[in-house]
Amino acid sequence: MLDFLSQPWPWYIAGPLIGLVVPALLFLGGKQFGVSANLRHLCAATIPGPVEFFKYDWKKSGLWNLTFVLGVVIGGFIAHTLLFNPDPIAISEATKADLTGLGLTDLNGLVPKEVFSWSGLLTLPGFVLIVGGGFLVGFGSRYAGGCTSGHAISGLADLQLPSLIAVVGFFIGGIIATFVLLPLIF
Amino acid sequence: MHQTVETPTVEKGKAASSRDGETGRKPGLFWYLILGIYFGIVLTKSEAISWFRIQEMFRFQGIHMYGMIAGALAVAALSVAIIKKRRARTIYGEEIYIPPKEMGKGFRYGVGGIIFGLGWALLGACPGPIFALIGNGVLVMFVALASAVVGTWVYGYLRPRLPH
Repeated sequence: MLDFLSQPWPWYIAGPLIGLVVPALLFLGGKQFGVSANLRHLCAATIPGPVEFFKYDWKKSGLWNLTFVLGVVIGGFIAHTLLFNPDPIAISEATKADLTGLGLTDLNGLVPKEVFSWSGLLTLPGFVLIVGGGFLVGFGSRYAGGCTSGHAISGLADLQLPSLIAVVGFFIGGIIATFVLLPLIF
Repeated sequence: MHQTVETPTVEKGKAASSRDGETGRKPGLFWYLILGIYFGIVLTKSEAISWFRIQEMFRFQGIHMYGMIAGALAVAALSVAIIKKRRARTIYGEEIYIPPKEMGKGFRYGVGGIIFGLGWALLGACPGPIFALIGNGVLVMFVALASAVVGTWVYGYLRPRLPH
């Protein structure tokens, strides 16, 4: 059983399983699925400073969601230990060729270790991808009012036009970063 | 300044807030933890937390991420449609209300979305996967998380001056 579950899960199984989180949260407590709201709760909890945007009762509105992402960390740990799969991710040959062309040599694991590691953080590409990418994810998700879970899944599922605009924006940004920024960074 | 959908619901009832947990029945935090664990496992085993998969997606070289998002969306959309049509209630009998997102000028969605997309492709992870990767032992993602919190803080600080 564990061996079977340790294989990579195909998209047509994993996709619907992710979709189920939306009704589960609604039935449980009428909550909206959205992970990036936690970044705001973390600001409110730690460094609200003089900023009006962070002056609210984060425990009341966000403790459920912070608990949810604590679960996500634990779930990642369980998947990494009990359901570990040592094989490289089966991305397409074309992607492998493009990434090798960028200069990446190790395509094993979940992330390229030469960049996403403590030693990689001290290199220019590592710093830009981790610190720069993280900053843009935080700034952009709050500016757009949501991230992949809040807009691309919950928002689109509720047929909200703002979410469609946001998702189109996600892809414009992603394409620019992939085809323009990455070749400059590496 | 535009108040928007993400303003936590708490702000309208501050006065009555402190004892709220004792007035009505609510699901314990335990169940949110369980749901989070479920989400973290699915995110990991689906490889959606992989920088490589995100690259494959933005290069339009594979169906994996698109199929997954479409599958998630189909199940979520069908569920939301049924919940709205039947006026379903939570397991504690409370009404389920999904607030519409305020369109305004729509500027924030386009520009904010592009900024988020830039970060998503560089980091290879959106907020959910950042947490799942930490669980997977990619501990340098703590730095990405801290940077994302700083990015959120800077947005909050600049918010009154940014066009929405």
